[in-house]
Order: sequence, then C-alpha cells, then structure tokens
Amino acid sequence: MRYSVSEWTKSGSPWVWLNAGAVAICVIMVVGLLGLIAVRGLAHFWPADVIQATYTQGEQSRRIMGEMVQQEMVPAEQLRGAGVEVPEGVEAMRRDLLKVGNRDFGSADFVWAMDHLITDKTYPEMIMAAERLEWGNFYGYLREIRENGETVTRYEGHAKSDEYLNLWATFQDRLDRVLEIREQILEIEKHKIGSINYELERLRLKERSLELKQSTDAQAYADIEARRAELNADYEVLQQDLIDLYTQINRDSFVAEIADGREVEISLAKVVRAFLPNNMGTGDKLMHYAAKLWEFLSDEPREANTEGGIFPAIFGTVMMVILMSVLVTPFGVIAAVYLREYAKQGFVTRLIRIAVNNLAGVPSIVYGVFGLGFFVYFLGGTIDDLFFPEAKPAPTFGTGGLMWASITLALLTVPVVIVATEEGLARIPRSVREGSLALGATKFETLMKVVLPMASPAMMTGVILAIARAAGEVAPLMLVGVVKLAPSLPLDGNYPFLHLDQKFMHLGFHIYDVGFQSPNVEAARPLVYATAFLLVVVIALLNFSAIAIRNHLREKYKALEM
Amino acid sequence: MSIEQTNTVPELDFNTPAQRRLRQARMLKDKLAASGIAIGGISVILAVVMIFFYLLYEVAPLFRSASIEPWGGQQEVSYAVPGQGRTLYLAVEEQAEIGFRATDRGQLVFFDSTSGQVLKEETLSLPEGVTISSFTLLSEASQTFALGLSDGGVKVIKHNYKATYPNGKRVLIPELVYPLGEDALQVADGPIEQLAVNRDSDEWSLIALSQGQLVELALSMSENFLTGEVEIEQSSRTLPNIGVKPNKLLLTPDRRWLMASLPQGKVAVMALGRNPEVTQLVEVSKTEITSIELLLGGNSLIIGDAKGKLSQWFFVRDEANQFQLTHIRSFEHNSSPVINLTTEQRRKGIVTLAADGTLNLYSSTANRQALSEPLFSGAADAIALAPRADALLVQHGDRLSFWHVDNEHPEISWSAYWEKVWYEGYEEPEYVWQSSASNNDFEPKYSLMPLAFGTLKAAFYAMLLATPLAICGAIYTAYFMVPAMRRKVKPFIELMEALPTVILGFLAGLWLAPFMEANLAGIFVCLLIIPVAIVLFGFAWNNMPNKIRFLLPEGWDAALLIPVVILATWVGLGLASPIEDALFGGHMPTWLSNEVGIPYDQRNALVVGIAMGFAVIPTIFSITEDAIFAVPKHLSYGSLALGATSWQTLTRVVLPTASPGIFSALMIGMGRAVGETMIVLMATGNTPIMDVNIFEGMRTLAANIAVEMPESEVGSTHYRTLFLAAFVLFLFTFVVNTLAEAIRQHLRKKYGSL
Repeated sequence: MRYSVSEWTKSGSPWVWLNAGAVAICVIMVVGLLGLIAVRGLAHFWPADVIQATYTQGEQSRRIMGEMVQQEMVPAEQLRGAGVEVPEGVEAMRRDLLKVGNRDFGSADFVWAMDHLITDKTYPEMIMAAERLEWGNFYGYLREIRENGETVTRYEGHAKSDEYLNLWATFQDRLDRVLEIREQILEIEKHKIGSINYELERLRLKERSLELKQSTDAQAYADIEARRAELNADYEVLQQDLIDLYTQINRDSFVAEIADGREVEISLAKVVRAFLPNNMGTGDKLMHYAAKLWEFLSDEPREANTEGGIFPAIFGTVMMVILMSVLVTPFGVIAAVYLREYAKQGFVTRLIRIAVNNLAGVPSIVYGVFGLGFFVYFLGGTIDDLFFPEAKPAPTFGTGGLMWASITLALLTVPVVIVATEEGLARIPRSVREGSLALGATKFETLMKVVLPMASPAMMTGVILAIARAAGEVAPLMLVGVVKLAPSLPLDGNYPFLHLDQKFMHLGFHIYDVGFQSPNVEAARPLVYATAFLLVVVIALLNFSAIAIRNHLREKYKALEM
Repeated sequence: MSIEQTNTVPELDFNTPAQRRLRQARMLKDKLAASGIAIGGISVILAVVMIFFYLLYEVAPLFRSASIEPWGGQQEVSYAVPGQGRTLYLAVEEQAEIGFRATDRGQLVFFDSTSGQVLKEETLSLPEGVTISSFTLLSEASQTFALGLSDGGVKVIKHNYKATYPNGKRVLIPELVYPLGEDALQVADGPIEQLAVNRDSDEWSLIALSQGQLVELALSMSENFLTGEVEIEQSSRTLPNIGVKPNKLLLTPDRRWLMASLPQGKVAVMALGRNPEVTQLVEVSKTEITSIELLLGGNSLIIGDAKGKLSQWFFVRDEANQFQLTHIRSFEHNSSPVINLTTEQRRKGIVTLAADGTLNLYSSTANRQALSEPLFSGAADAIALAPRADALLVQHGDRLSFWHVDNEHPEISWSAYWEKVWYEGYEEPEYVWQSSASNNDFEPKYSLMPLAFGTLKAAFYAMLLATPLAICGAIYTAYFMVPAMRRKVKPFIELMEALPTVILGFLAGLWLAPFMEANLAGIFVCLLIIPVAIVLFGFAWNNMPNKIRFLLPEGWDAALLIPVVILATWVGLGLASPIEDALFGGHMPTWLSNEVGIPYDQRNALVVGIAMGFAVIPTIFSITEDAIFAVPKHLSYGSLALGATSWQTLTRVVLPTASPGIFSALMIGMGRAVGETMIVLMATGNTPIMDVNIFEGMRTLAANIAVEMPESEVGSTHYRTLFLAAFVLFLFTFVVNTLAEAIRQHLRKKYGSL
C-alpha cells in the first residue's frame, strides 16, 4: 500500500476519479447510442435464417416457421401473472420473439414464444421467404407454379434436391418477368398518367380562372376543351395498355405450404423479392444485403411506410435543406457583415449581437408556431386570395408546404450563420483591412476582395452548421408542411418543375411517424433504426466537415494574428 | 537599375477624365453597397425581432376586454317593437339578420333585425277563450320553446331558418317547426301556471304546474323502420308537491332534476327518477331570485337576485355519494337587481341586464366580467343574444334596439390560466388542461398549470442527470485531461449537440422505455455501483506498483475507466435480478404500483430525464469546459506553487473563478430542456397530469403545441392560447439565455484584466 485510505481521500483523488468517471460515462453513452443505432439499423438488411420448429403448448403442438427477432428473460412472477406455467424455483425464463409473417393466413406476424416449449429447431434449406407488396413477409415451402390457374410444375417434399432447385429456378424466372412488367406498369401509372392528371388539373384551374374573370374569350375556352379531349384520348390509350399489362402480370401464381401444413396460392404479382435464406452462402447474403440497402435508399415506402425504401424522405429533406441554404446564406452573411463592418459599434450593436445569439437558443417549436401563423395562414392566405383564386377553396400556399418549411427553417438557422460569419470577420486582423484601404481600395472593395474571401471558410462553417441543424429539426416542420406520405416529389417533370406549394416527406418526421404512429410498430422498428442511422451519418458528416473547415481556418490565420 | 527605371516612367496622371469617372463609379458602388448592406442587415434583424411581435400580436386579443356598440357603427339602431302584446321570447338567428319574437297573444313574428320590418307573421290558432298562460324555453341553443295554455294544453315550437341561394345570393327563409305536432298536447286539465320542458334526443319530458299539482308527461319518439312514420309513446304521472308555489320551473336536459325557483331566495330540487322526491331546499340568495337560467349544457344554474348578486350552482357529489346543488362561484356585480338574464349558445357565457340598465357580460369558467356598460336608464323588457354571441337585441319599452357585441375570448383570465378552477362535473376546483371534446356544450379547460408543471418536471429530471455528468466531465476534461485526449474528447461530446432530438426521442420511447421497465432495479443498482466501482478502481490503481502505473501517463485516467464503467454496468444489471426477486417480488414496476402505490407508466419522467439529459449534456459540458479552461493558468500555478494539491487548487481557485460561467452553462442547458419538443413528445404519454412522481409522464408546453396546433381553429381561443404557450417559451428561454450571456460577458471582461 502506497497510500492509506485516509491519505488518499484527503488528497482529493476520489473526486478526481469521479470526474474522470463522468467523462468516461459521457463517452460510453455517446458511443453506445451510436453503436445501438448502427447495429440495429444495419442488421435489418441482413437476411436472417428461418427457423422451423415444433411449439408445444399444453396438449397441442404445432409447427412454426419464422425469423428469430429477439430473446429476453422474463421474471417468473410476471409469467405466472400472464397464466404461463412456470416450475417452482425457476426465477426467470427465456422468451423468444419470432417473426412468422404470413399475416394474411394467421393473425399476427410477430409471436412471443416460450423458449423451452420450442423443440426440434432446424434450419431447412428450402424454406422460402418472400417480400410482398401487401401483408408483409411470407414464409413457406414452394410447392407448385401455376399459369392462369393451371399447374405448370409441382414438387412434393421438403429436402433440398435438384428437382426442387429446378422448381425454384422456374419460380425465379417467372418472378423476374413479373418484376419487369411491374416496372412498366409503374412507369405508366406514376409518370405518364401522373403528368396527364397534372395537366388536366391545370386546365381545370385555367378554366376556373377564366370563369372568375368572367372572360368571354370563346377561343380560350375552346382551346382548353380541345387540349382536354386530347389528354383524355391519351389517357384512354394508356388505360388500355395498363389493362393489358395487368392481365400479363396476373398470369402466374404459386402454391406454397405454410407452417400449419396448409397449401396456399399467392399471385406472383404481389411478390417483390423471394429468396431461400437458409440456402444462401455469405456471398449471396452480401449481394442480398447490398440489394436491400439500395432498395432502402432508392425506393418508395410500402405498406404504410413499414417496408420498402425512404427515397421520398431523403429527397424531401435534401430539397428543403437546399432551399433553406439558398435563403439563409445571403441574408445571414449580409446581416453579419452589417453588424461587424458597417454598423456603429456600441451599446445597440452589442445588444443586437446578444439577442441574435440568444435566438439560436429559442425552442424550435416557437419558430414552427410563428411559421404556421405568419407564413402559412397570414402570408399564404393572402397569396392565395391574390394569385390563386381559381383553386379555392382548396389552399395553394395557404397550407404547409416546401416553401414555408424552408423559410421557417431559414429563420431558425439564420442566427447560426450570423454568429459564425461574425466570428470569422472578427478573426481577420485589422492590419489586413487597413492595408487594403491604404492602397486606395474603397470599403466595399476591401470587403469583397479581401475580407469576405478570408472569411469564407467561416461562412461555410456557419452554413454547414445551419444545414446540420435544419436536417435534424422536426418539431417546427410538423406544423409547416411535412407529411407522412407525399403522393409525389416536390421536383418532377411537370411544369413548373419545382413545386414550392407541395407537402413533402422528411427523414426526421419519418422516424417519428413510423416509430410512433405506425399500426405495426414491431415490423417498422428496424426500418426506423435504419432511417435514424442514415440521419445520424449525414449530420455527423456535416458537422465533421464544419469542424475540419474551422480548424483549417484557424491554422491558416494563426500567423496573421501574431 | 530598377529605381532608375521607375523614375523614367512618364508621370502618372491620376486625374484623367477616365480615372475620375472610374473613381466616381467606385465611390457610387461603395455607397450603394453600404446602404444595401445596411438595409439588408437591418431587415434580417427586424425579421427576427418580428417573431416576438407577431407572437404578441396573436396573443393580445385574449386580454382585450369586450365592447358593445350599435349595430353597423355609430347610429343607434332602434325601431318599434313588431307585433302586439307582452314579449315572451326574443331571439336572433345565426347570421344576426332576422329577429324573432313570441308574445303572450300568440303572435309569432319574424322581422329584419336591423330595421324591424316584419318578414313573416303567424298567430297561433287557439280554441275560443283559450289563452297562453305560461312559457318556457328548452334552452337558448335549441331555439325551441313551449307555451302552456289555459286549457291545460302545451305547444312546443321551434323557430328555424333555411338558407337558399337564388341567383348565387344567400337568402334566409324563416319557418316555424312543431317537433311534437301542431296540435296542443294535453298535459293537465286546468290552466298551466308553470311549465318546464326538455329533451334528450328523442326522449321528451313536459312538466306542468296546474291547479297546485305538478304533472309530468313523458314522450318517447321513435321512427317506424317500415313506414318511416314517427310514433310517439306517452306516459303521464303526478309529481310530489313542492309546497310553495314556484316562480319558475327548470328541467335539466337529462330529465333527472327539476328545479323550482321559490320566493325568498330558495330553490327546491326534485330528483325525478323512478320515485320522484324533493331532495334539497337550498337558500341561494338572501333576497328574492329575480332571474334564473340553465347555462349551456344544462349542468349549471345561474341565479341573479334582487340585490344584483349573480351566482353559479351545479350538482356536486358529496361524501355520501349524493348529488347536492352547490354554490360554485359568485360574479362581480353591482347592487342593481338582475332583471334579464340570458346565456350564450356556444360558450359558457352569461349576459345580464340590471334594473338600472347596465349590461354585463360574464364568462362562468373564467369567473370574469368581460364587460359592464350602462345601455339605458331603467330596466329592459327582454334581451336576446345571437348564437355567435356577436349581436344583442334588447326590448326597452316599446322600442327594440340592436347592438353589436365584440367578445371574442371571454373564457380567458388570469385565474383560468393559472388558478384552480371548479369545472362543471368536477368535485372540487382543479388544474385541468383539456382543450377539446366531442360534444358542443363542452367546457374548455385551459389551465396552463399542468403544462407548465410538466415542462418544469421534465426539465428538472433532465437537469438532475445532466448537471453532475456534464459539470464533472467538463472539470476533468478542462483541468486534468492531457491535451491530446482533450482535443479528441471535446469535439466528440460536442457533436452530440447536433444529434437530432427526434432520434433521442425515438430511442427513448421505443428502446429505453421498455428496457427500463424490464431493468428498473438494475438501473438503480447501476446508479449505486458505478461510482463505487470508479472510486475503488482509482484507489487500486494509485496503489499499483509504479511499473504498471507509469504505463499510462497521468491524465489518461478517463480512458482507463471506460472498461470499468462498462463492467460495473454489466455487473449491476446482472445483480438486479436476484435483488429484484428478493426485495421487489420479481418485478420492480409491478411491485411499485401494487405494494407501494406508486403508479408506473412505461414512458415516464425518468425516461425523459435520461433522454433529455443526454440532449443537454453537450450544451452544459461545452460551456462549462470553456469557462474552466479560460481560467488563467497562472492562478492555478500560483496555488500549486504554494503547496495546494491539484484538487484543492481546483475547488478553491479554479471553480470559484469559473463559477459564473458554470452557472450560465446550467441556465442555457435549462433553457434547452424547457423548450425541447420531440423527446418529450415521444418519450412520455403526453397526459397533462400534475404529479411529481418520477414514474409517471407529463405533457410539456412545447409538446402540447406540437400535438394540438395543427388541429386548432385559426383565431379561436385555443389557437391563441397555444400562441401564448409559444410566447411564454420564447420569453423564458430568451430571458434565461440573455442572463447567461450577460454573465459570460462579465466573466470574459474580468479575465481580461487578470
């Protein structure tokens, strides 16, 4: 013993250690949180093995199939309360959460099962898993392929064999065909018919506005009518194409045996992806993982946002952030330049500086309330009255939308840009300015050619921090234009291409909505983790770049400060 | 050589016209830019300041008092009363365009409310010699009244208005509807002296006082599925006698209570039910009752007396589980008798006209007199308030006058927001936030107390977690940690400030809350075990042989502790299970709610505290760290040189110097916790309760705005109240942050001199 306890205590060391502990705890919490999100979010795309087992409950025993999602220990007390038989002396028992899918053939796609009642666990290679457009995942054994209701091929048995694999190959071929047709259908429905509908709506508004003006221009009315007839004719043609495609896509179906031994028939048109999880090698799994990840990033959501991708949310977030930075950068910089370079430095500027600084600390929901009241209801309502009377009573700008959300967030983040830019301007030594002025440059020339270029990294820092804040902000957006499911993107091929009045989806709101408002939280949870992970990565990258730029800037001007 | 060359260059002329033009252009550009930047800068600053004024602008109407003026502006709108006889009932329809008057001679007149021009007139066809002997109004909102006849018959009449649009213009067509048929219903044999009628959808009840007898006629209407005909079932019974002859009878819409206004300020209450009996005889006034009406919804009795006193009464369940008519509140008043009294049709508001001609507007919930203004000298004969409470029709002698009332937000007052209010149907005054309900006669409850309480509760638990961790962490990082590690750790923790709170909220709600429910005991065990483990490890490490100790230079202790903390957490969670079995019957939350009686919600204040604590740690950490790091090094060197240990130097020299900075860090952290929305929204049940229990949820001002704002009607009291909540949040955070900033600036100045 080098120190006795009392000596050690007296030196204050325990306190130092406790303080060190606080740092350690903070770091662990941060790392743990990031790790939790990353693991849960990224694991979702990995194809899980499908268990087949016997579940015995009392007298009855049945076969179950599904993915193991979670295991937990439950205190015996709680189980007895729920009516589960627990032997004396056992304090806690393991309980498994299985994703059994097949929501259309059973009651729920997630089941809790007591671990000790599950016996004969196997991982048969030929169990298929299928992701579908509706009713969630499907698990079962492929039995038969049908074309127009007629059997094409059939195989009995559960073991892996060449014949069975042939059946599987046929199935995959036909699935590929279906996917191709679906692509075509989507193209027609979303893009072609979508733009026809859009133009029809514009024609209607044009006509309405002529009526409101009490115009008697017969030619204008006739033009509208002619164009409408043309569009309707186009629509008829597309409609016919669609009917054809739908007959083609509905041609094939398959029959599969599900966990309870029943054979069920499912149309191939409903299947998005099918695979044999237990038969996949690591390479296959990696491919599958990449495909799923790509789907997540590039596809649209399915099944009330619990499946599919989050592309519209990414797109909406990016659009809003771009618009916001376009607004916030010039205004923030001008305000900072005014405060630092032009305004008379004194009590008032100091007061304004403190006020601007503090506005960054005002709760974001307050900005949301302001945005809703002032922008949406007051400004938007006025704009509608003046410029869009034909669309009434449906509001155009008088409801939340992309523009109002961007402006609200610009207002929210403008203090960040002002503070950062001001800091940058303050760091530029007087001597540099004086040198420029001494050479005969005007104040404005000094500003544009000398001061601002030197301060540009600071401005960048400010803008990046503003973007990082805006990308993660949800509360004000809930009031000014974010929706859980937007029918179309705010930027598309229809004139005027950028739809500022449209509502949009947002990553942060997506997390809130899917995690808390979704009817099937259990199924949606992995997707929420994945979305959260994406958001964290984006924001961390933005912040790191801001920090890097700031450090670079400080290094660069260190010499000047001497 | 070069010098010579420059000398030989022809002399530069700076005053060529081109040069001068260029200079002028540059000057102009400079001036333009200066003014442009000034305008731009000032307008950005103004835009930001506008938030404050806009919020104020939306909130201000809440506190404006009511006003009354002649309809359409300056000129008093007054005209002769249309129709003959004494007024029984006066009413104005929704759009305030048409007035209606029923007289004791059976005349039913619709007239233009601004000119008095008769639009439609009907006279009741009564048998020879039969007169109208009594009158009762079901409720103002129902627009239905009943006339008792001298032959014992009763007629129920409703005045109704149909909107038609000939040529795109709205035209209202008044009509009379007889919901119980045009023929009089025979309720009694003799003349009806007093009458009370009410309905609950298709169940009607008519109670008449005739020849000293109280008779009830109950009607049940049902539509025949096959023929579509309305069938009426009738049953009649005699009610017990009240004893004294009542001046007025009132029947609640649920037909459970009959109240009779008696002489000498008394009200008799009769429970109807299967065996009707008089349950209560209440003295509601020291003098005579001059007017008595049911408030909107029919739950409250509003009583005005001869001394001008106005009071509200409703049924409250007492200890014996009996409903007692109870005095709830009295309103501000003057001493002139309350002659006319009418209630609002959409809100819990009251309009009275006193004998001296003073008009008073009240709101019952807010216990507020919104207006008191003399209209006439002397008493009026009848008053009617339009359904939107924006128009008032008054009969004064043989003249009718029409007024515009501006009374947007009567239900708001300081006491409605911040004091306990006795709401209808409650057993005692309470703080309640309940802004909407499915029925129309709902009493909105706008107490901000539960929300303010919830906000502070959430902030308190967040600060409870964040303060020690952030400050201790900052002390170590700024004072003990090696610079190399500090450069890594500080940005890392500060990065968390940028972490979207929606992610923290989602983790708190979907991961932490269930985790905590399963491991509640474990979390408390960890709370105890981690500090102990840290101290023990520190002691052991300091006593290690130097060989091992010098493997790691001083200032890297925090890195060493990371595995220790992880291990301690793991042990703590593992230990929890046996402890839970031994002490808490296996499951601590169940034990808490069953044995101790502390209710446990899954999404509770502890979850919010941890999640929001997490969100404010970086804020506090960063500012505290800066403050401590900014303490001049020579101060601590001096102290160390005098022989103080580094801990003594820290507590006696560094911390006191940095304390204003630490304080301002706490204030800024607090400001952030108070305004945080998403975490609270997602990690609590959002129930506006007032309970300090750490295991129950809350609803904060910010979360409340997020939940209710989208559904709130623009310009309504609710909408403005939410703006008020936003304004309070704005003001609170702004003031707190400004104070903190001022302290920091002061601190900076102080160090500048050191």
